[in-house]
Amino acid sequence: MSTTNFISDSAYIGVLLTISSYGIGLWLNKKTGISILNPLLTSIILTTSFLVLAGISYESYNEDVNIINFFLTPSTICLAIPLYEQIHQIKKNPSAIGIGITSGVLASIFSIFGMSLLFGLDHTSYVTLLPKSITTAIGMGVSEELGGIVPVTIMSIVCTGIIGNIFAEKFLRIIKIKNPIAKGIAIGSASHVIGTSKAMEMGQTEGAMSSLAIVTSGIITVIATSVFSTLI
Amino acid sequence: MRYVLQLLIILFFSFCGELLHHFLPFPFPASIYGIVLLYISLELKIVKIENIKAVSTTLIMAMPIMFVPPAVGLLNNLHYMKAQWPKYLAITFISTFVVMAAAGWATQYIIEKKKNRKKT
Repeated sequence: MSTTNFISDSAYIGVLLTISSYGIGLWLNKKTGISILNPLLTSIILTTSFLVLAGISYESYNEDVNIINFFLTPSTICLAIPLYEQIHQIKKNPSAIGIGITSGVLASIFSIFGMSLLFGLDHTSYVTLLPKSITTAIGMGVSEELGGIVPVTIMSIVCTGIIGNIFAEKFLRIIKIKNPIAKGIAIGSASHVIGTSKAMEMGQTEGAMSSLAIVTSGIITVIATSVFSTLI
Repeated sequence: MRYVLQLLIILFFSFCGELLHHFLPFPFPASIYGIVLLYISLELKIVKIENIKAVSTTLIMAMPIMFVPPAVGLLNNLHYMKAQWPKYLAITFISTFVVMAAAGWATQYIIEKKKNRKKT
């Protein structure tokens, strides 16, 4: 048996590869502190490169990592816990927060709709990008449900997070958003978990509001996209 | 054993989410039904937070690892991406700022309006 066969036939290599590449990504991110070296992005690039170099097909890899895929829905459901723990934050300013997050969701849908029209994208591309502002777990579910290309949705979501993380502080200063609640809601609605880590650096209120906006904007997006997905 | 029980609760809600996804006509992912069901159960104290907290915190922390396999599926969509990626990147970039501005402005506008009302 050749080495290549042995590697692609092993039941453990896929899981080992996925988890260790994420570990390398975490380490790199911590060591350098560079936002664009996001652990998930590093892990995707390393895993993909390994598969290509070793000549392993995506199908065979995906079968190996079934055990990882199994945990995706249960883990997503666990997002109910941060929602439960943070929902009291809404009481501070229910109308401002509710309207703020909803405005963010609608702005996301209509800006994507407008640009998709402008660029002449088809339905598949449009629904692939629709959930790009929300947290990956919910976003990929929406993309799958609406008939989008899930891997592209994930890449777009990760890039959105990184863009938010890098530019949020400067951009909010330029457009004169000074209120810490508004800053947090803006970051969480626009760039989910990856942006939220920046919001947490900016302050406690910013961080709390941003985390509240992650799951809330995700749920509002699920409902809104079910209505607006047929526009293109 | 305690952790096994926590995992069991989470898997039970996953199953309920799948059930609703199967029987209800809305295009919502199964996990969304699961989030809402679990959230309601927490609010109604049917499930106590300490009975799922440890395992759920671990799962949420490990969640990015679960995005790697579906993202690697990009390998099978390269032909599609080759033609479209500049458009995708432009939309991703621009809409991020549009959303940030809309959510931030709307929130700040209403907070300021309330403050002014209180003053006068």
